[in-house]
Amino acid sequence: MQRYFKTIRLFWSTAFASQLEYQLNFLIELLAMLGTLLGSIFILSLFFTGGRQLGDWTWESALVIQGVYTFLDGLTNAILRPNLTEIVNYVREGTLDYVLLKPIDSQFWLSVKKFSFAGLPEIILGLSIVFWAAIQSASTFSIYSLFVFIISLLIGFIILYSVWFLIAASSIWFVKTWNATEVLRALLAAGRYPISAYPVILRFIFTLVLPIAFLTTFPAEAILGELKFNILFFGLILSSLFFIFSRLFWKFALKHYTSASS
Amino acid sequence: MRIFGLSLKVFKTLLTTQYAYMLEYRIEIALWALSGVLPFIMFSLWSQNDVGNSFGLNDVGLARYFLSAFLVRQFSVVWVVFSFEEDSLTGRLSPYLLQPLHPLFRYVASHLAEQATRLPFAIAIAIIFFILNPSSFWLPSLPQLFLAYLSTHFAFTIAFLLQSLVAALCFWTEKSSALERLIFVPYLFLSGLLVPLSAFPSNVLKVAMLTPFPYLINFPAKILSGMPVDISNGFLAQILWISILVPSVNILWKLGVKRYTAMGA
Repeated sequence: MQRYFKTIRLFWSTAFASQLEYQLNFLIELLAMLGTLLGSIFILSLFFTGGRQLGDWTWESALVIQGVYTFLDGLTNAILRPNLTEIVNYVREGTLDYVLLKPIDSQFWLSVKKFSFAGLPEIILGLSIVFWAAIQSASTFSIYSLFVFIISLLIGFIILYSVWFLIAASSIWFVKTWNATEVLRALLAAGRYPISAYPVILRFIFTLVLPIAFLTTFPAEAILGELKFNILFFGLILSSLFFIFSRLFWKFALKHYTSASS
Repeated sequence: MRIFGLSLKVFKTLLTTQYAYMLEYRIEIALWALSGVLPFIMFSLWSQNDVGNSFGLNDVGLARYFLSAFLVRQFSVVWVVFSFEEDSLTGRLSPYLLQPLHPLFRYVASHLAEQATRLPFAIAIAIIFFILNPSSFWLPSLPQLFLAYLSTHFAFTIAFLLQSLVAALCFWTEKSSALERLIFVPYLFLSGLLVPLSAFPSNVLKVAMLTPFPYLINFPAKILSGMPVDISNGFLAQILWISILVPSVNILWKLGVKRYTAMGA
């Protein structure tokens, strides 16, 4: 276990050193992120014109969801995107062989090798929005609600990671379908808005099939002190299942890996 | 007649080879088509929450607008900066530069070929949309269809030129695709992909109309869906933007090629 922590530390410190070379990139990412956030909040405000509400959510509580989304998007840009979009390249160029030969778990190696520091401001800003908006909507913080919030964020992240990893792992068979992750990213944008704002069919899909509700809506409910315990419990089970499935799927996929040009 | 080395014969050859090439990647292109679902997600939100009335659109109007926005996006999507960055980093650009043909035409041809490959998928998605929302079914009249087709092509031209401007920066920096995000973000919010621009407060709308973005989705989508729209002004603005962008791209490109050092050579 300790070996894994040490490996992560080494991975990310080299990532930091190499990214210092591209400081302009960092600035561009920062600008793009601020623009995106501003635009999303503007679009969100259009739903509230004329004193309307968005699926029983007030303006402030809907902002909490934007905050959670921004936070998860930051994590995606920092960890998921740089690592998981590489998998297809390893498969295509045959360099996955070298990864498999390393005396460390291959799924671990592929998932944490890189860390993009441009995602950090987004993570911090996302959390700030969550807490600011939660205070504005007069939620009373307690150790308990904070604890539930952290757990539900973890649930959301694990589900997000597992779904993304599943798609990335399928590139072992279908090198060409890796841009299914683009479809996933497009669908994830639905997480910017509360799940109760969608038509019933989509609510069902976004809770059970592609559980976007667990990514943003439920963590937001948690910090607002409104999350029901059985949903949290269900989330724990669902995220464990997703994670276990991603792991089994990876082992299964490796059995079919034939390496490039051999 | 040749314009920057382009003759009708060259153009035809480029198109047919690129089309044959694109046909090999049908699944990939189907997935790209699917990844444009954002207008549908937004449609379900706007109609479910009855916001449409506040900007003068009932449910049928909203459905038609967002389906049109989806279709316009399908045929105006541009990725030239990514192909160009890869070609310039791997040195594949060098032989292209030697040919008596402006390299950008090669990318234009591959975009047009991809659009042709996309057509069946886009139609299939539209049919599914009509099955799910039968009340929104409509067939645009022929002149309407023609104008929408023309304005979508203009939208594609503007988007392509905008991205070529960024792509030309590849000659100065290795990572110009990162700069593309700075175009994509205002495009996302000001083009009308997420909401018809008539929903904007008037002061935001005024600023938005000064940018090229509303003419990329909002204008063609309005024509296609049969919403009231100032057609002559819209086309005038599109042509104006094209006539500003063509010389800009040309100048930046010429300056850039002088700096080209053929990476890896």
